[in-house]
Amino acid sequence: MTGAALVLVLLALAAVAFHLGRKRAFAVSAPLGGAKHLHSLPGYYGSLAALWCAVPAVIVLVLWLSLESRIVENLVVSGLPEEVRALPPERLDLVVNDIRNLVEGNIVSGEVDPEMRAAAGRYRELQRTSAAASAVVVLIVAVAGLGVAWRRVAPALRARNQVERIVRFFLIACSTVAIFTTIGIVLSVLFEAIRFFGHVPLTDFLLGLDWSPQMAIREDQIGSSGAFGAVPLFAGTLLISFIAMTVAAPVGLFAAVYLAEYATPAFRSVAKPALEILAGVPTVVYGFFAALVVAPLIRDTGTVLGLDVASESALAAGLVMGVMIIPFVSSLSDDVINAVPQSLRDGSYGLGATRSETIRRVVLPAALPGIVGGLLLAISRAIGETMIVVMAAGLAANLTANPLQAVTTVTVQIVTLLVGDQEFDSPKTLAAFALGLVLFTITLCLNVAALHVVRKYREQYE
Amino acid sequence: MNATASEMLLVNEPPPPPPPAEPVAADPVPAGIETVGRITVDQPRMTSRNVSVMYGDKMGIEDVNLDIGKNEVLAMIGPSGCGKSTFLRCLNRMNDTVDVCRVTGTIRLDGEDVHDPRLDVVQLRARVGMVFQKPNPFPKSIYDNVAYGPRIHGLAEGRRETDAIVQRSLEKAGLWNEVRDRLEQPGTGLSGGQQQRLCIARAIAVSPEVILMDEPCSALDPIATARIEELIDELRENYTIVIVTHSMQQAARVSQRTAYFHLGRLIEVGETSQIFTNPRHDLTEDYITGRFG
Repeated sequence: MTGAALVLVLLALAAVAFHLGRKRAFAVSAPLGGAKHLHSLPGYYGSLAALWCAVPAVIVLVLWLSLESRIVENLVVSGLPEEVRALPPERLDLVVNDIRNLVEGNIVSGEVDPEMRAAAGRYRELQRTSAAASAVVVLIVAVAGLGVAWRRVAPALRARNQVERIVRFFLIACSTVAIFTTIGIVLSVLFEAIRFFGHVPLTDFLLGLDWSPQMAIREDQIGSSGAFGAVPLFAGTLLISFIAMTVAAPVGLFAAVYLAEYATPAFRSVAKPALEILAGVPTVVYGFFAALVVAPLIRDTGTVLGLDVASESALAAGLVMGVMIIPFVSSLSDDVINAVPQSLRDGSYGLGATRSETIRRVVLPAALPGIVGGLLLAISRAIGETMIVVMAAGLAANLTANPLQAVTTVTVQIVTLLVGDQEFDSPKTLAAFALGLVLFTITLCLNVAALHVVRKYREQYE
Repeated sequence: MNATASEMLLVNEPPPPPPPAEPVAADPVPAGIETVGRITVDQPRMTSRNVSVMYGDKMGIEDVNLDIGKNEVLAMIGPSGCGKSTFLRCLNRMNDTVDVCRVTGTIRLDGEDVHDPRLDVVQLRARVGMVFQKPNPFPKSIYDNVAYGPRIHGLAEGRRETDAIVQRSLEKAGLWNEVRDRLEQPGTGLSGGQQQRLCIARAIAVSPEVILMDEPCSALDPIATARIEELIDELRENYTIVIVTHSMQQAARVSQRTAYFHLGRLIEVGETSQIFTNPRHDLTEDYITGRFG
């Protein structure tokens, strides 16, 4: 029986269990005078029976599937001739790989000797046995669970509380998925980064002014210095983020002020969604817009003015990125401006302040912490943005503050370091993880700061 | 003189007869009712004639005629939704900030029409200050709260004058002794009663002629309320005060004249002592004796 069929059968069994549990609840309550004498509604007894039936069976199935291949492999290996088993682990892995390829009918490296063929046959045999056994065991567990639940149904059984407790565990598990994923990401990046710092000292990486990650593969190779000073990357990231924020912060904020304080409801109902469409444009579209429209425009304008503009400039990438994050700033600012109580505005109008005085002196100062939080989130978004800079900012790791030059960013370098065939033990590839770690740390700090600021603001009016 | 002029104005009433169909349903008030009592005063600070307010197509208040005298405290009472706050907000045109709201009729402040296009609403609100139901100090320091009005109207030149205005206003509001050592602390950190007195100080700081108070004590405990009521009595020396209140005891304690509103109409107005001891209209009597409300 295949896994999918097994799951379907389990679902059907759970449905049967629900029905049986419910019926049983009615049955045990009948002598007492009806379902109202049960502790819980009959449906809860049904749900409890279904859970008893399905949950242990699913756990067994998952464990079985996760351990199956390892056990089967071990059994196959133990059946191989002595001289093969004596091979070093890497070679043994290759042999096992070959066997697995044979089983799946893929192309096999080298010749296929009869021993291998026999091993493959054994592998196939074991797999089949395992599948059959798993189906039997899982179904037995399911039926056993159903039996236990059926026997336990009694008027005094607190089925509702038990079902709710199980559901709560399920909710807890779901809510921790994101947390464990984050921890997993951090750990994987961290270990690779530590390996990188075994090749390149941390100080060289954080303080070096020269970025040229090409490593010499041969001794006599030219132009491959392998320098890993990340300062030009940080500088490029900061430059582009700065340009983006000088566009997004004022435009977004003023848009928010207009929408929240001046716009008629009709205009607002059109303009706000329209502004948020900007946030829905895929960044890759922004990227080629920057590379194919904005960058040439800036270069041509620069030529007319007699300036030396690179065809891929920090300015082009920064401007387009700024437009991209306008909706973040305006939407968040709009929310916090709307959260300023109307009573404060009334108080200000009541003293004879005009609308603009009220906005400047009362509303914006009151909303400032929330606006700052929104800006910090926008900055962390700008720092982590990849697609636009990959397409429009260039690859040259220039250490410059001139926005007309090509610069490169941390994210761009991570992409270029990892694209294509790479060896995962060279500092060149590992550098990507170190950069990722730095990036993660920076955006994490910004986000924590932003959330802290926003939360502090919320406490003020609730 | 003044009195006769006002009386004559009254004689010219009634204005165009009110629409026969009363939009407010289940109306116990007979259509076309006239206000009982004397709506005029000898020395009016503000006068209103035929003031009606529409919220969209819903009638807020209808044909209110009422004078407010200099240095008097006028209390406006009535059940919820009777239009007393609406009328109050007409007096400094706070209803302008409500989009669907339309005000008709004449309101004069010292003889000037407040709806005159030549009169800046900003100037009007500086002359007719307002204190709200819930204390609403700005999230700024106590000093900046009080200095807000003088700053936006350019009433003070330099720090010394501002200091003087802030101190004088806080003294008049009876708050100076409690906050003199912590003027730089946020106004939101004060207690509810202190916050409301801060809001009164903030209103006084722009030297208004009239102070409108919209249920200024409804969010305060009895002790803070008593303190504000004392303050209102002291402020009467220099200002004209209009106070909306749900507490009839408060109206009786602080006001010289009382106006009773019911379903958007001004039913009765008169000396406070007369209204509370000898109301002339049945609705007034029902309300103050607690038969409905």
